[in-house]
Amino acid sequence: MYEFEYLRPTSLNEAAAALASSSEASLIAGGQTLIPALKQRLSRPSKLIDLGAITDLKDIRREGSHLIIGAMTPHAEVAASDVVREAIPALARLAGGIGDPQVRHRGTIGGSIANNDPSADYPAALLGLGATVVTNSREIAADDFFTGLFTTALNPGEIITAVRFPVPAKAGYAKFAQRASRYAIVGVWVAKVASGVGEVRVAVTGAGADGVFREGGLEKAFSLSATPETARGVKVGPDGLLSDIHASAEYRAALIPEMAARAIVDGWGGGG
Amino acid sequence: MSEQGIGAAIERREDERFLKGIGTYTDDINLEGQTYCYILRSPVAHARIKRIDTAAAAAAPGVVAVFTSDDLTNDGVGGLPCGWQVTSKDGEPMKEPAHPILAAGKVRHVGDPVVAVIAESLRQAKDAAELIDLDLEELPAVVDMKAALAGGGPAVHEDVAPNNLCYDWELGDAAAVEAAFQNAAHVTKIDLVNNRLVPNAIEPRVAIGDYDAASGAHTLYTTSQNPHVIRLLMGAFVLNIPEHKLRVYAPDVGGGFGSKIFHYAEEALVTWAAKKIGRPVKWVAERSESFISDAHGRDHVTHAEMAFDANGKALGMKVETLANMGAYLSTFAPCVPTWLHGTLMAGQYATPAIHVNVKAVFTNTVPVDAYRGAGRPEATFVVERLMSKAARELGLDQTEIRRRNFIQPDQFPYDTPVAVQYDTGNYEASMAKAIELADYANVAARKADAKARGKLRGVGVASYIEACGIAPSSLVGALGARAGLYEAATIRVNPTGSVSVLTGSHSHGQGHETTFAQVVADKLGIDIDQVEIVHGDTDRVPFGMGTYGSRSIAVGGTAIVNALDKIIAKGKKIAAHLLEAAEDDIVFENGAYTVKGTDRSKAFGEVALVAYVPHQYPLEELEPGLEETAFYDPKNFTFPAGTYICEVEVDPRTGEVEIASFVAADDFGNVINPMIVEGQVHGGLVQGIGQALLEHAIYDENGQLVTGSYMDYAMPRAEDVPSFKVTTTSTPCTHNPLGVKGCGEAGAIGAPAAVINAICDALAEYGVDHIDMPATPEKVWRAIQAATPAAAAE
Repeated sequence: MYEFEYLRPTSLNEAAAALASSSEASLIAGGQTLIPALKQRLSRPSKLIDLGAITDLKDIRREGSHLIIGAMTPHAEVAASDVVREAIPALARLAGGIGDPQVRHRGTIGGSIANNDPSADYPAALLGLGATVVTNSREIAADDFFTGLFTTALNPGEIITAVRFPVPAKAGYAKFAQRASRYAIVGVWVAKVASGVGEVRVAVTGAGADGVFREGGLEKAFSLSATPETARGVKVGPDGLLSDIHASAEYRAALIPEMAARAIVDGWGGGG
Repeated sequence: MSEQGIGAAIERREDERFLKGIGTYTDDINLEGQTYCYILRSPVAHARIKRIDTAAAAAAPGVVAVFTSDDLTNDGVGGLPCGWQVTSKDGEPMKEPAHPILAAGKVRHVGDPVVAVIAESLRQAKDAAELIDLDLEELPAVVDMKAALAGGGPAVHEDVAPNNLCYDWELGDAAAVEAAFQNAAHVTKIDLVNNRLVPNAIEPRVAIGDYDAASGAHTLYTTSQNPHVIRLLMGAFVLNIPEHKLRVYAPDVGGGFGSKIFHYAEEALVTWAAKKIGRPVKWVAERSESFISDAHGRDHVTHAEMAFDANGKALGMKVETLANMGAYLSTFAPCVPTWLHGTLMAGQYATPAIHVNVKAVFTNTVPVDAYRGAGRPEATFVVERLMSKAARELGLDQTEIRRRNFIQPDQFPYDTPVAVQYDTGNYEASMAKAIELADYANVAARKADAKARGKLRGVGVASYIEACGIAPSSLVGALGARAGLYEAATIRVNPTGSVSVLTGSHSHGQGHETTFAQVVADKLGIDIDQVEIVHGDTDRVPFGMGTYGSRSIAVGGTAIVNALDKIIAKGKKIAAHLLEAAEDDIVFENGAYTVKGTDRSKAFGEVALVAYVPHQYPLEELEPGLEETAFYDPKNFTFPAGTYICEVEVDPRTGEVEIASFVAADDFGNVINPMIVEGQVHGGLVQGIGQALLEHAIYDENGQLVTGSYMDYAMPRAEDVPSFKVTTTSTPCTHNPLGVKGCGEAGAIGAPAAVINAICDALAEYGVDHIDMPATPEKVWRAIQAATPAAAAE
């Protein structure tokens, strides 16, 4: 680890000012990606601005048809939250399946989506629910937020404050985890949104060469019949999918319908 | 004393300090004036070193010294020695390239140490290392063994082994095997990869060098399984330090699994540097450094064939193995694929003719050496995969083909066709116990139930044997060992009757402080709290060979028993004097010397006190004091054996494998502490299952270790394994007084074949007869896909 200046602001404005003060400054939330990079000297920030003391950012609440989770909320708190379990139980289950207990107690939702690891779990939930990312300057639709591998629509100096999820009629998530890291090789989020005619959204993480994406074929099939059998009848091709030592693109392609089927079981209940 | 003596499942005495975090590991030791060493390692697999400019690093803040290979050479420092010489079948000794402490001329694997930077703090040492100008002319790397041997490609050591062949070794009667194959009714063939593993002890390696100018004595604190071996190798072959001026101390050590047997470059480096700079030097491996500097394990490629008669009796077996040595010969690397592997190819079977050929190969990878089981897991995998594959081909049950081939109890001692003699065993007994515990009779019903749930259930049997208690010195000497393999123990009875046991065995997870103390308490009839086990410090314990190859209880334990026998015998003389009886009339039992047929007796503690306060003592015949040492050289290996039965369920849609149940029935001979033995089996099984399903050190074609961290190298976790059902049977070892065999490696030896056999059984309906380890979901899925016509998969 190189030397850096460590700051622990207590307000969002103070954090934003610190971030603006140096082009080499970096925010740190739970640090589950940044700390290893720092330890291996792969990252060299001039200032490290710890968001952990800004109490406003750690919050879970229901506002009508929306669930709001503060950016600094650790995964373990989301997993254990009665509010989350009541509103979007699959989201609690997703959070409870991230990494391992240590990661879940340090890692945060804001940190996860700002990092936008192509194999992270949360992006699937955000995209699959049509959530909104709230920052200190604006609101960004999930469909516009995740722009590529480890890249987002965030501007320099912009800080995520919360994520606002519309509470769906039904939602489920299934992950095929990489056995070492427990990141998703394929993670599929399926949600039947509450409004209108019950549009079904399907978001896939872990598999896309450009990061999380919506899977049109599955969405179309599920709009007619959201069942595991429907999922398994959908063919997904390997084009545009990741290929690495843990899974080839062909294998990921085969896992997507299967994880979609399991997500239906997760969200819709036994086979229905 | 039965509630704490031999056979008692008492809790481990060492656990309290470990659980409270108050043990003393090497990294817990900090010396006054200590400096910190950072080692700049090769980032590439193969390159010529054109220039190393360390001037800027040497001038950086806090830097005390910067050393390269030239500094060591100028001081007459040698390279790391290899402890075992294997001879090729043509009579030539193995190719033995130099193994410099710091790379000289070339770097040969990612992680090869190149420059040592010593500074006031670790951060300053790392900062300075970034200022080193290391000019490397990169060369093509060779990673694959077949490519390495093919010729025309890169040579890891062009001077010594231009074709990358270290040795070409054979064992057994090739002509007899050919004759057996001529007469065979059936031949089963298999091609196997035994995947390369990273040992991953929970405590990374640490070495601290210290030099006392007043006495001229060196001290090395190190994470070692065998401090005397390190003292011998480093003192005599590397640094030229006489033994009386060199102390090696390995305090609490957090796991080794073999990886801490070997003498590593960093140990010699800090010991040498401490004198050079006149201050202690500490080096601590980071986890990512462990991945590229701890010796790896396994890494074999094998073709094997087994010939059977019409009744499924094995007639002959031939094995061709390529064994990866990595870039240099680690301390005991050459003996692992030969004398610890070829010699176990008989397994539990009376196969009359066996021939084994092993070619050891240099590649641009981390050196490979002994890792939990060391050669025996590889041998078991070959034998037991062949047996289960043959069973399917011959239409026999997996247990039946084994039963037809087992060496029978009345055949012991049994001379195998591969150089070893099994002293005892009852293979049918352990298999019968495993069959019962596994409810093997109802496998078909469980398979049907799984099928109804959309899963494929399979059962795998593996009947392993291993050679432990390494080893008779004259035998291993003839086979190329450059050391003896006895063990030493001193029993020091203190004046008030407490006992210090100084053992050459080293405990780094095995629980010796409990097991050995149980033996002593049992033999002397004293309370276990009166017994202290001392190990790990060459200044305190007699010259011993350390802990590996499941040898501690069989060899170290016997040394303790032999020293105890001397203590008891001397005590008998003292007691006879005190009781005014003839020595022959004294019996020692339950902690007291008694005159036969009387109630006149002296407690052991009373005798001990008299030995040290010899007012009333036969001084003209007997020295005072009560301390005895024994060196025990084993008469033979011990041969633990057993049968494991694994059931898996495969999800055909994804290829996921779940271990549904796992039964282990082991014959370890007599057992001192059943709870510790069970724990050892559990740990071994998890490692074996890890090898079968998860772990793989993968190199890319450029020689980069792709699975170089826990993000990519999958270690088994609790959720990956079922609750094990373990049991033991016993045919006591015939040639040591405790009748013990050793239990530390069995799980890792037997589990991989049981798991893979189960997966192959589950996939039988797809015609799949082999899956390479680790059997990842994608590999299993691909095997199913390959066997499924595209239309049928729709």
